Formats: sequence, structure tokens, C-alpha cells
Amino acid sequence: MMSHWIIAPVVLPAIIAPLIVLMMRNDLTLQRIVGLTSTLALAAIAAALLISTSHNPPEIYLLGNWPAPFGIVLMLDRLSAMMLMLTALLAIAVQLYVISTNWDAKGRHFHALFLFQMMGINGAFLTGDAFNLFVFFEVLLIASYGLMIHGAGKDRLRAGVQYIAFNLIASTLFLFALATIYAVTGTLNMADIAVKVAALPEGDAGLIRVAAILMLSVFAIKGALVPLQFWLPGTYANAPGPVAALFAIMTKVGAYAILRTATLIFPPETAAIGTMVADLMLPAALVTLAIGSIGILGATTLPRLAAFAGIASMGTIFIAFSAFTPQATAAALYYMMHSTLAAAAIFLIADLVTDRRGNGTLTAQPRIAQQGLIAALFFANAIALAGMPPLSGFIGKLLVMDALRDNLALIWTVILVSSFFMVLGFARAGSVLFWKSHATGEPADPHHSAQPLAYVAIGGLLAGLVGLTVFAGPIMGWLEVTATALHAPDAYIAANQLPALATEGN
Amino acid sequence: MEALIAIAIGTLTASGIYLMLRQRTFPVIIGLTLLSYAVNVFIFAAGRIVPGLPAIISPDAVGYTDPLPQALVLTAIVISFGMTAVIVLMALGSWLESGHDKVDMDDDKDEQEARA
Repeated sequence: MMSHWIIAPVVLPAIIAPLIVLMMRNDLTLQRIVGLTSTLALAAIAAALLISTSHNPPEIYLLGNWPAPFGIVLMLDRLSAMMLMLTALLAIAVQLYVISTNWDAKGRHFHALFLFQMMGINGAFLTGDAFNLFVFFEVLLIASYGLMIHGAGKDRLRAGVQYIAFNLIASTLFLFALATIYAVTGTLNMADIAVKVAALPEGDAGLIRVAAILMLSVFAIKGALVPLQFWLPGTYANAPGPVAALFAIMTKVGAYAILRTATLIFPPETAAIGTMVADLMLPAALVTLAIGSIGILGATTLPRLAAFAGIASMGTIFIAFSAFTPQATAAALYYMMHSTLAAAAIFLIADLVTDRRGNGTLTAQPRIAQQGLIAALFFANAIALAGMPPLSGFIGKLLVMDALRDNLALIWTVILVSSFFMVLGFARAGSVLFWKSHATGEPADPHHSAQPLAYVAIGGLLAGLVGLTVFAGPIMGWLEVTATALHAPDAYIAANQLPALATEGN
Repeated sequence: MEALIAIAIGTLTASGIYLMLRQRTFPVIIGLTLLSYAVNVFIFAAGRIVPGLPAIISPDAVGYTDPLPQALVLTAIVISFGMTAVIVLMALGSWLESGHDKVDMDDDKDEQEARA
């Protein structure tokens, strides 16, 4: 039996977004209502899928009812469902913020682009076909180009050109990788590739290693892994605040894709691949974390600080991925949920401050409207991002470190020292922004409108962090099962009902 | 023929990468286009190069060429065409807004620091 709900997270935005462009282009209120309702519906669907997948093995959806590996398939497993849920929750917060701060009135088609972006992200999480993953990447990218330059302006457009050029190169690399994989294995269904790679003749080992490195570099560009992180600070710092907050999930799309391919297609058990992926990923991840934390300390503007906080969190996630044990993967997934919400919140807070001050520079300037409340939110968020108790960042880092006891000296040192840098960086930023301002005279714009929904959005994200902290036990229990299933993907492959290798000839 | 195609892909890729490293948006876009041509030919070659054979089933065919890479190439061409259009528009927009078409952003940052 096939549940058609699996494709709903892709189809729903694909239908609603054109409707918004075609029928509601001049009615912002209607756009907001329809956009928010769609996102809420996506969250409801994601929740239903999450519950269903918690009790069932991975489920397959055959597009056009073509059997795998000949048709394109969507696969719903625990990881996909979790990422869908995370995306939907983040999207609700971002949309509330956008509506409250009138960002969507600064350019046209915000809500349509937003839904197309959701379609691409959801599709990337759901697909079980490597080429289809490329297509969904392009869908989410082309929507993100539009969102990134929303509101226009010189700096934003120029940063946009860089962002697009960088991603076009990444897409080209992705195609090279896919073509190489197809040339070696003759298939593009991810489960089928996994089976074929595991049984590869020795002569093809070199080719598949090249394909693996190409593919993982593409995802590393998306996930901002050093040395492929250069695009991120400029892009995120110049994008509109709420868009940057939504982009917090985009780096996680890269992390998701690395986790999916590294555990399913290129696991360390494969003779042709071995520990190559882990050997490359660990040093890169450690440097990513170091650069992120030093960037936080050295950032000159608040949006850049937020962008480097994002890079640092990706570093921690990839450090945990590189261990390739279920325990470390579960910790990484926990940290991933935490860092998505926390990074989104810091971008929204940065946007509030930038909007009220007129610039995002980290210098002492006159007080801003609602300074106390914003300062309190920044403080709570900084605690979460730096990984201090009592919020989920602390638990996340603790879990990651606990899972990586084997390489204690190196990994623990980098994580702990970088945390120290982050604490310093956030303390410096917070005190310059919110404390020194009292010494600089009268408030600039004391009557700035209060925008209660914006605070609800940020508060919601922070409440999510509190929820992650309070329910850390049950969540980790669920994630451990998820991680174990990822590292033993037999059920995932079995769901594809592939024809037996021997009967295929070739 | 394999050698010819390999050389063609290599030349396109090398020229594409060289142009992409230029300072101005126009060569960068041309470089990206060359690179996407290279990858299109590469995908085509991934399905093995067999001259003169049909991709569609017919009763009197002696053999077949792999039809899937052709479908993949079509998708790749459409997507890269669309993306090139987007980056051309963006480059035009940023040229009109900032008065020059340099790719790097350093001079802007200097301005920002001077203003602050």
C-alpha cells in the first residue's frame, strides 16, 4: 500500500505558489493568509508523516508507479520526516516574522518564492533518486536567488551575483559527479547505487572514489564546510534577515545530503571507499569550527556574526558525522535541530537590531526601541549558540563530545577552545550593542512600532530550544533509533524492492 | 572518438575555469556557460558512446544506445539555460546599481567601514 501523503510536502507548495503569483499578485493580505496557511498545512502533514514513520519501516513512493530503479522514487524514513518537521517549524517562525515586519512588502512575490523554496527543500529531503536530488537542489536554489535579492539594493545584488555563480559551479560539479556515478553503476536510484557500489569490481574503485569526492564536495559547498565556506558570510550577511534565517535550513540540506550519501552509498564498510570520507571530513570540520568561532570574535557587523555562528555550528555537526558511529550521528542530529532553530533566531534578532539602528555595525550607538526585550532575547540566544548551560546547545555539544571520546585530545580541545571564543565573541557583541548604547545619548528612534508577532516568532524559536532541552531524553532515544537505521540501511534498500543483482545480467 | 570527446570536454572545462577566475562578471558568466557545455557532453559520454544506434525500441534495430543520459542532458541543459538567464539578469542589475561589474566586494566593504 502506498501513502500519497508522502508527496504532499512537494505538491502542496507547487500548487499554491503559482496560484499566489497568478491570482493574488496585488493583494498582500490574501498572500499572507494563504502563505501562512500553506506553511501550517505543511507542518501538519510533516507531523503526520513523522508519527507514521516512527512506527513503520521506511516507506517508498513510486512516481508514476514505475518500479525502482527505473522510475523516480520518493523515500520517507525517520530522518526525512524529522527534517520535514524542522523545515516546517522554521518556516512558520520566519513567515510570522516577515508578516510582522513588512519584509514581504519591500518587493514582489515574497510568499510565492517562499513556497517554491519550501517545495525544493522538502523535495530534497524526500527524494530517493540522485538525479532528482539535483533537480530539487535547483528548485530550492532558484527560489533562494529570488529571496536573497528580495528588496534589492547595491550590496545585495552584488552578493547575489557571487552567490549564484558559486552555486552554478556547485551544480556543474554535481552533474559531473552524477554522470560519473551513472557511468560506473548504471543507475541513479540511491538504494540501487548503494547495492551496486557495495558489489563493485576492483577496477572501478578509482572512478567511484572520484565520484564520491565530487559529490561530497558539492554537499560540502551547501553545508559550508571549509574550504568551501567562502560564499556563506557574504551571502547571509547581505540577504534580508528573515531570508537568512530560512537559509539556516539550507546548510542543513547539505549536511543531510552528506549524511544520506555517506551512510547509504559510500559507507566506510565499502571496500572501494574505506575510511576516505571520514579522513577528509574530520580535519575540514575542525577547521570549520575554528574559523566560525574566530569569525564570531572578529565580525564587524551583527549579520556577519550570525553568519559565522552558522559556520561554527556546521563545523560541530560535521565533526560528529565524521565518526560514523550511530551514537555520534544521533548527537549530530540533535545538534542539527538545535543549531537550525538557534541560527535562525540570531538572524532574526540581527534583523530587528539592524532595522532599528539603520545599520548592523558592532559599534556603540544610541539606544533602540524595545532595547531591553531584544537584549534579553540576544542573551538567551547567545547562550544557546555558544553551548553554555542550561540550553540545548550545551546538551548538544556534550552529546557530541561524549560520542567522540576516541580522539579526545584533538577534538575536545577544538570544541572547548572554540566555545570559549564564541562566548567571548557574543559577550563582546552584546555589551557593545546593548550596554555601551546607554553612554551615547538619546535613543535614535524611540517610537519604532513594537511588531509583537516578530517577538512571537523569535520567542517561538527559543521556546523550541527550551523544548529540545527539556525533552532531550526522549528526543535522543528517538534519534538513536534513527541513527542506527541510517548506519544499517537494509530496511531503506529493501523498501525499494529492487530486482535481484544476478538476474539483471549486464 | 573517445579521445576526441575527452579532449573536447577537457578543453571546455579548462577554458571555463580560467574564465570563471576573472574579475568581471561577463567572463565569469561565459566561463560558467562553457563549463555547463562541458558537463553536458560529459553526461552524454557517461552512457557510453555508440554511434549510429537508436535510443528508442524498434523491431529492426541491431542494438541500442543508452537513452537515459539523453534525458539527463535535456534536463541539465534546461536548468543551466535558466540559471544562466538568472545570473545575466542579476549581473545587469548589479552593474546598473553599482556602476561597475567587478565580481569581488572588497571596495564596498572599505566604503562601509569608512562610513561607520
